Amino acid sequence: MRRGEKRESGVGGLVRGIAAVVAACCFGFAWAAEEPPKAQPVGDPAIEARALKLGHELRCLVCQNQSIAESNAELAHDLMNQVREQLAAGKSEEEVRAYLVARYGDFVLYQPPLKASTVALWAGPFVLALAGVLALWRVLRRRSREEMPALSAEEAAHAQALLRGEGKEERS
Amino acid sequence: MKLKYLIPFLIFVALVALFAYAFRLDPREVPSPLVGKPAPAFALPRVDAPGTLAGPADLRGQPWLLNVWATWCVACREEHAMLVRLAREEGVPIVGLNYKEIRGDAELDASRLSPQEEREAALLRARTWLAQHGDPYRFSVLDLDGRVAIDYGVYGVPETFLIDAEGVIRYKHVGPIDEQAWREVLQPKWAALAGAKR
Repeated sequence: MRRGEKRESGVGGLVRGIAAVVAACCFGFAWAAEEPPKAQPVGDPAIEARALKLGHELRCLVCQNQSIAESNAELAHDLMNQVREQLAAGKSEEEVRAYLVARYGDFVLYQPPLKASTVALWAGPFVLALAGVLALWRVLRRRSREEMPALSAEEAAHAQALLRGEGKEERS
Repeated sequence: MKLKYLIPFLIFVALVALFAYAFRLDPREVPSPLVGKPAPAFALPRVDAPGTLAGPADLRGQPWLLNVWATWCVACREEHAMLVRLAREEGVPIVGLNYKEIRGDAELDASRLSPQEEREAALLRARTWLAQHGDPYRFSVLDLDGRVAIDYGVYGVPETFLIDAEGVIRYKHVGPIDEQAWREVLQPKWAALAGAKR
């Protein structure tokens, strides 16, 4: 904003104006996003911190790419309030998680548990990476073999001659 | 040698088949862990008689539908006529769970209402709607804060649960029930349960 302070007119002023509008929009949206209209934090900041931490691990069912702590959806507020209430009532993180999984399934967990139906999910990337490394290794080995064909006696003699500088096909 | 050229083609065909299948799936649909489990109990005030509490226990001994609805929910309005038809023509017992009638309405500010006012307003709206468009429900109950809906894993309205005579949830339908959804999905399941009872 120094440019503005020097009272530059024209482009400088325009840029400053746009910057101000953009900043206002950004801050405006930031405030709007950070102000949960219905989810009420309980008094205890320790509980609130735990609730938020847990809330970030739980997936909002309405806007599925957000956690319930981030989402502004009605249901996310309701679920956050449930999390707060239950933590305040002395339940552990594990119990609250189990409460939500019983109702909405593993779907609410951003980190799905390892079990028969999720083995592919957990092991898949490693299996694929291993298969890729194996394939690469095989290709490289084959190529290194193919690139070094044994020379016949005649070829070897010719090569030796070339190396000694007795080659018939001298360049230049 | 021919096989070597065939393999990429086969992989391509397999991927096309996989994508063609996956495109038909709805990634937003959350599979309910409650299917096969007893319907969670509740006791909520009835819309027609708020002094009386009602719940799943009242429907024991017959298969029935639990329909989650609200007057502010556009898709619920769409399916309402269908529900009325099912109740009147096919004799399907339907129980309504009115979901956050006041708090859920984005156009209202429920924070200014006292609990008593909220309840009165919800009753008025629900009754007016049912009086105008027909009442398909054996009874409807008020879930003003949506707590019971959370117990049922509801994540949007409308949702409909098919519950058997023993009170076990057999199926969950997300979204409005239209003629096609009833005929192809729900009716066969309903008929199987209703037939098993007799």
